Amino acid sequence: MSTTATAPVQTLPEHHYLNATYGIRSWLLTTDHKRIALLYLASVTFFFFIGGFFAMMIRLHLMTPNGLLLSADTYNRMFTMHGVTMIFFFLIPSIPAVLGNFLIPLMVGAKDLAFPRVNLLSWYIYIIGGCFTLYSMIAGGLDTGWTFYTPFSTVYSNSAVAPAVLGVFITGFSSILTGLNFLVTVHTMRAPGMTWFRLPIFVWSHYATSVVMILGTPVIAITLGLAAMERVFGLGFFNPAMGGDPILFQHLFWFYSHPAVYIMILPAMGVVSELIPTFARKQIFGYGFVAAASLAIAVIGFLVWAHHMFVTGQSTYAALAFSLLTFVVAIPSAIKVFNWTATLFGGSISFDTPMLYAFGFIGLFIVGGLTGLFLGCLGVDMHVHDTYFVVAHFHYIMVGGAVMGYLGGMHFWWPKITGRMYPEWIARIAALILFVGFNLTFFPQFVLGYLGMPRRYHVYPPEFQVYNVMSTAGASILALGYLLPMVYLTWAAFYGKVAGPNPWPATGLEWRTPSPPPTENFEVTPVVTWEPYDFHHRPDLGLEAGAPQGPAVAPAHGDD
Amino acid sequence: MHRTGALYGQFKTLEQQKDTATLGMWIFLVTEIMFFGGIMLAYTINRHTYFPAFAMGSNTLSLFLGGTNTVVLLASSFTMAMGVWSAQVGKKQLLTIFLSLTLVLGFVFLGIKYIEYAQKFHHHLVPGRNFDITYCVNNPARCDDLSPSELEVEREELAKALKADPALNSHAQLYYSAYFGMTGLHALHMIIGAGLLLWLLKESLAGRFDAQYNNPVDIIGLYWHFVDIVWIYLFPLLYLIDRHK
Repeated sequence: MSTTATAPVQTLPEHHYLNATYGIRSWLLTTDHKRIALLYLASVTFFFFIGGFFAMMIRLHLMTPNGLLLSADTYNRMFTMHGVTMIFFFLIPSIPAVLGNFLIPLMVGAKDLAFPRVNLLSWYIYIIGGCFTLYSMIAGGLDTGWTFYTPFSTVYSNSAVAPAVLGVFITGFSSILTGLNFLVTVHTMRAPGMTWFRLPIFVWSHYATSVVMILGTPVIAITLGLAAMERVFGLGFFNPAMGGDPILFQHLFWFYSHPAVYIMILPAMGVVSELIPTFARKQIFGYGFVAAASLAIAVIGFLVWAHHMFVTGQSTYAALAFSLLTFVVAIPSAIKVFNWTATLFGGSISFDTPMLYAFGFIGLFIVGGLTGLFLGCLGVDMHVHDTYFVVAHFHYIMVGGAVMGYLGGMHFWWPKITGRMYPEWIARIAALILFVGFNLTFFPQFVLGYLGMPRRYHVYPPEFQVYNVMSTAGASILALGYLLPMVYLTWAAFYGKVAGPNPWPATGLEWRTPSPPPTENFEVTPVVTWEPYDFHHRPDLGLEAGAPQGPAVAPAHGDD
Repeated sequence: MHRTGALYGQFKTLEQQKDTATLGMWIFLVTEIMFFGGIMLAYTINRHTYFPAFAMGSNTLSLFLGGTNTVVLLASSFTMAMGVWSAQVGKKQLLTIFLSLTLVLGFVFLGIKYIEYAQKFHHHLVPGRNFDITYCVNNPARCDDLSPSELEVEREELAKALKADPALNSHAQLYYSAYFGMTGLHALHMIIGAGLLLWLLKESLAGRFDAQYNNPVDIIGLYWHFVDIVWIYLFPLLYLIDRHK
C-alpha cells in the first residue's frame, strides 16, 4: 500500500562538498565544517576501536576467577587505557565534533560555523593530544585509572603518566574551541526566520553541551596541568607529603568530569529528540520544556560533582547537599523521557533503524538514570561505591545512552553525509544485536556489584564467575554489533542506494538542501517560515499534506 | 571560506562578522576565567591552611619590582585602549604608535618578571629538591643582592614563621608553587598577547585597519585588558599577603 510508488529515481547532485576538491591537502587544510566532521569521524572511530580492544582484553581476562591472560599490572593498564581512550578521545568528541560539526550550520541555515579555521585547529589539537596519549600507551601504558587520582598518579605510579595527562590536557582545548564555535554560531549565524524557538532540539542540546564544555573543560585543563607539573617538577598542591591536599584534586577533577557526563549524554538526547518526531510523524511534545531541560541539566550538572566523593570523608552536610542536588538533576532528564514518550502517543510510528536506536536509548537511559539515583543515595552508595554496580550504571548512560544516540544519529544523517542509504534490514538486525549484546554485557554487572564485586580488581571469588562469563559473552556480541555498522555504513557510502535530499522525510533545514550538501551548504540562504517538527504545514515534504488537524500523516519511510 | 576584502565568506555583513568575533572573544575570556579559577582555588585553600608559610613566602618578593610591573601593565592597558580608539576613528599612524607602545610595555613587564624569576632561582626559592626558604638567611654571602637590613628583616620574619609552622620549608613550597604557577601562566598569556600585538602591528603598518574594519584591534584589545586584570588580582594575592602590619 505504498503511497510513494511513483517516487522518482534520485540522483546525486553534480557538485557537492565531497567532490568539490580532491587530494590530501584539500582534506587536511579544509575549513569546511562538513569535511572537518569527517576528519573527526575517522579519528574518533580509530580511538573507539583502540578503546574497544582494551575492553575486550578486560572481558577476556575476567572469564575465570584468577584471570585468564593478563598480569595484575597489565590488567590495571588495560582498564585505565580503556577509560582514558573512550572518555576523552571517543565519547566527548563523538556526537558534538562529528554530527554537531556537520549539522549545526546546516540546521541553523548558515554557510559554515562562525570560526571555520578555529574548527580545523580544534581537530589538530585533538590529534596532537591523541598522539601524546598514544605515546603513553606505547611507552609502558598508564595504570592510574582514568581519574588520575593523586598522589598515586603524581608520585607513585610507575607508568607513563606525564604524556597521558599532557595528552588529555591538550585535547581539552579542542573541546573548548568546539564549544565556543557552536555557542557563537547559534547566537550570530542563524538564517532569517530561524528564531530561537524554531531551532531544532539538537541545536538546543548542543548549545547546552557547549556551555558545559566552555565552563568545565578549562578547570580540568588547569587541574591536569598542575598534576603534570607535580609529576615532572615536584610541585606539591595535591601531595600530602608536602602538605598538599589530594581531595582538592578530586574536587577539581569531578567539577569537570561529572559535567563531562552531560557532554556525552546531552548531544545524544538531542539526536533522540530529532529521531522521535521524525519517525512518529508528530510535532515534539513540549518543545519548550525539552529545550529548557537541556539547559537545566547543564546548569544543575555543575552542582553535583561531590557525589563521586561520598566516601572521602567530606563533611556530612556537604554530602547531604550533593545528594539532594543529584536528585534534582534527574528531574530535567525525566522531563525529556516523558516528553519523548508523549510524542509517541498518537503518532504514526515506523520502526526504521534510527528509531530502533532511539527506542534503545530511551530504555537503557532509564535504567542508567534510575540506578544513578540509587548511587546518589548516601546510604546505598556506601554499599555499592566502587563496585561493578557503578561500572554498570555509567556504561548504561555512556554506552547505552551516548553510543546508542551516536549510532542512531549516524544512521539517520548518513544519507545526508554521503548522499546514500544504508541497507535497511541488515541495519535493523545490527541494532538488535547491539541492544542484546549490550544488556548481556552490563546487566550482570549490576548483580555483581550489588553482591559486592569491586571494580578494577583483576581476580574475583569463584561464585561470581557465572555473571562474569555472561558479561564476556555479551561483550563479544556487542563487538559484532559495532563492527557491522562500521562495515555496512562504509559500504553504503560508496555503493548504497542514492537517498535524495530528504529520504525520511524530516522537517529540519538540513533536509532542504541536496545530499550531500554543496560546500556552501545552501544554494540560496534559506528563509524559515515554519515551526519546528511541523509535518502538517509542510507541503514540500510530500506527505499527504495540508490537513492542519489530521490525526496522522503517512508513516515514515520503510513501513509498508 | 573565501574572503571578499575584509569580509569572510561565512558572514553576510561586516557587522555580523564583528558581532561574531566579539562574542567569540568574550566567550574565550570566560573559559580563561575558569582556567585561572582552578589555580586560584588551590591558592586560596592552601593560603587558608598554611597562612604563616604563605605570608613568609610573600614577604620574600620584591614589592618594588612587583609594584613597578603593576604600573607598567596599567600603562599598557591605557595605550591599548588608545590604540583601539585610534583604530575606530581611523587614525592609522596613531594606531601604529599606540600598538608599538603597548608592545614595548609588555616586554618591559616580561623583562622585570625575568629579573624576579632569576632572583628566586639564585635564592633557592624554586619548588623542588633544592628549595630552601632559609637559604639567604643562612648564606648571606650568596644573596648579595639583598641589603643587610633586608636580610635582618627576613631573619626575624623567618624565626617567627618557623615558630608558627615548623614544617615551613615544605609549606612555603606550596606558596612558591602557586607563585610560579600563577605568574607563569600569566606570563605565558603576556607572551601570546605580544605575538598577537606583533601581528596587529604588521597589519596596521600595511594600513589594513580603518574606521569600517578594525575588529582584530578591538578583540585583541579585550584579550590584553583581560590579561591585565588577571595581574590586578595576582599582585595583591601574591605580593601583599602580610604587608599590612
